[in-house]
Amino acid sequence: MAAISREEVAHLARLSRLAVTEEELDTFAGQLDVILQAVAQVGEVAAADIPPTSHSVPLTNIFREDVVTPCLTPEEALSGAPDAEDQRFRVPRILTEDVAS
Amino acid sequence: MSDLISMTATEIAALVAGGETSAVEVTQAHLDRIAAVDERVHAFLHVDSDGALAAARAVDERRAAGEELGPLAGVPVAVKDVLATRGVPTTVGSKILEGWRPPYDATIVQRLRDAGTVMLGKTNMDEFAMGSSTEYSAYGPTHNPWDLSRIPGGSGGGSAAALAAYEAPLAIGSDTGGSIRQPGAVTGTVGAKPTYGGTSRYGLVAFSSSLDTPGPCARTVLDAALLHQVIAGHDPRDSTSIPQPVPDVVAAAKLGATGDLTGVRLGIVSEFVGEGAEPGVMAAFRESVDALTKMGAEVVEVSCPTFAYALPAYYLIAPSECSSNLARFDGVRFGLRVGDDGNRSLEEVMSLTREAGFGPEVKRRIMIGTYALSSGYYDAYYGQAQKVRTLITRDFTAAFERVDALISPTTPFTAFPIGARTADPYQMYLADLFTIPTNLYGGPGISVPCGLSEGLPVGLQVMAPTMADDRMYRVAAALESAIGTFTPPAL
Repeated sequence: MAAISREEVAHLARLSRLAVTEEELDTFAGQLDVILQAVAQVGEVAAADIPPTSHSVPLTNIFREDVVTPCLTPEEALSGAPDAEDQRFRVPRILTEDVAS
Repeated sequence: MSDLISMTATEIAALVAGGETSAVEVTQAHLDRIAAVDERVHAFLHVDSDGALAAARAVDERRAAGEELGPLAGVPVAVKDVLATRGVPTTVGSKILEGWRPPYDATIVQRLRDAGTVMLGKTNMDEFAMGSSTEYSAYGPTHNPWDLSRIPGGSGGGSAAALAAYEAPLAIGSDTGGSIRQPGAVTGTVGAKPTYGGTSRYGLVAFSSSLDTPGPCARTVLDAALLHQVIAGHDPRDSTSIPQPVPDVVAAAKLGATGDLTGVRLGIVSEFVGEGAEPGVMAAFRESVDALTKMGAEVVEVSCPTFAYALPAYYLIAPSECSSNLARFDGVRFGLRVGDDGNRSLEEVMSLTREAGFGPEVKRRIMIGTYALSSGYYDAYYGQAQKVRTLITRDFTAAFERVDALISPTTPFTAFPIGARTADPYQMYLADLFTIPTNLYGGPGISVPCGLSEGLPVGLQVMAPTMADDRMYRVAAALESAIGTFTPPAL
């Protein structure tokens, strides 16, 4: 049985903000199914009482000294932006028409 | 081939320091080599000739002024395109960052500059370091100098190929699941993954933040150790950087080169010497074990049963972290923006931008990660993988109570033909079967050339406890002293 359907892959693509094509959906559905069936092997390990590891370095709450250090100028920070205006990143509209009106 | 390009970094640095050659001459020799062979190898995505020659001139001026030079001053280095380089294009092998010139340097790049090394340019890689062959680069594959029809490993195939093609004596890579060690193995070069947190991730474009580890690549173990010493050490800009002194890996490499391993206990990982590896790989590995034994090492087999689940655990953890990390590529602050016609919403533009900017493997991993983190699947996938990670760490800890370091082949198979594994993504993942456990544990690992199989290089991996990077350099240098280095056919 397939671990994941074409419809589920389409849903994942939407969640992932990927405007995939119909052709890609066909390819990805098969490939993701193979990958998910393989990685599901982790379920064979008896680990109910085992604590999870998110990180190998036992450091928490690491902060630098609260001192002013040089940083990027607005021009440098915006230098790679696709669009900028008045020292800010310019973005496409966020609100839809009916909400905005 | 000019003498300067066939020298080790150690030799070049000595000649520059002694005034027998100049950093400019050395740099020009490597730029000439790149011009002569890189059309066929495609190790580089960007060659910064002007920047390299300027850096070389600065070293020569400092020497002329009588300044003391560092141990690698004047030595050229190739940098994987995953590290931010101020003013120099940084693409991560992706179309989504095409043309981006970072306004800052990664900490490692800054340390390379401070040490007087000369950055030649940026090397090719699988997009966002996701891959094992460099075929997933959006800018075309890199070719293995041993056989141009074959892959140079990945994701850092560009850095490894640049070394094997004598385009650079040193290179920087990054290792999330084997991306330094596996390219090292299949190109007959040395690649070391330091202890996680031993090298700074500041300015490293994030793929899987709990695993990503930048590290050194070279043609000899001592050169790798010298580069390791330059780039490693605590960085207050990386909250996971370990605030401890760097183990003396250079001294360890020199000790190993004496060829004496008396008193060193090595464990062969039983799970990795079964049917998983090609016969030619196993033959070279067995011969190397004999060589290590002859030098006085005590070699035993050690079972690490959970390692069998490292690959599936990794392919849940790394995609999960990537799906979160790559959310920053939204077409707002840097890189590509597609479909912004004044009518489309931010979300539509974002989806079109990511669709156009990411390649298939990156999309697959983002979607796998999104799936594994979804409510309803989280416990069975991501949560379970994190528990398996704990058990893998316990296997390492138990093993290191019995032995000083673990050894295995670096990769199950030698360089495969370009195109052989791209149709089935999971077949590609198997290239990292033996390298992944170390990443999940966080300890250091090194690949050192250990022989040839049907004319193609085989690597031996040494894995050591966290912050005992010096141990793996000692063993690797000893093996190198016994079996020598390997030179590919002339290009």
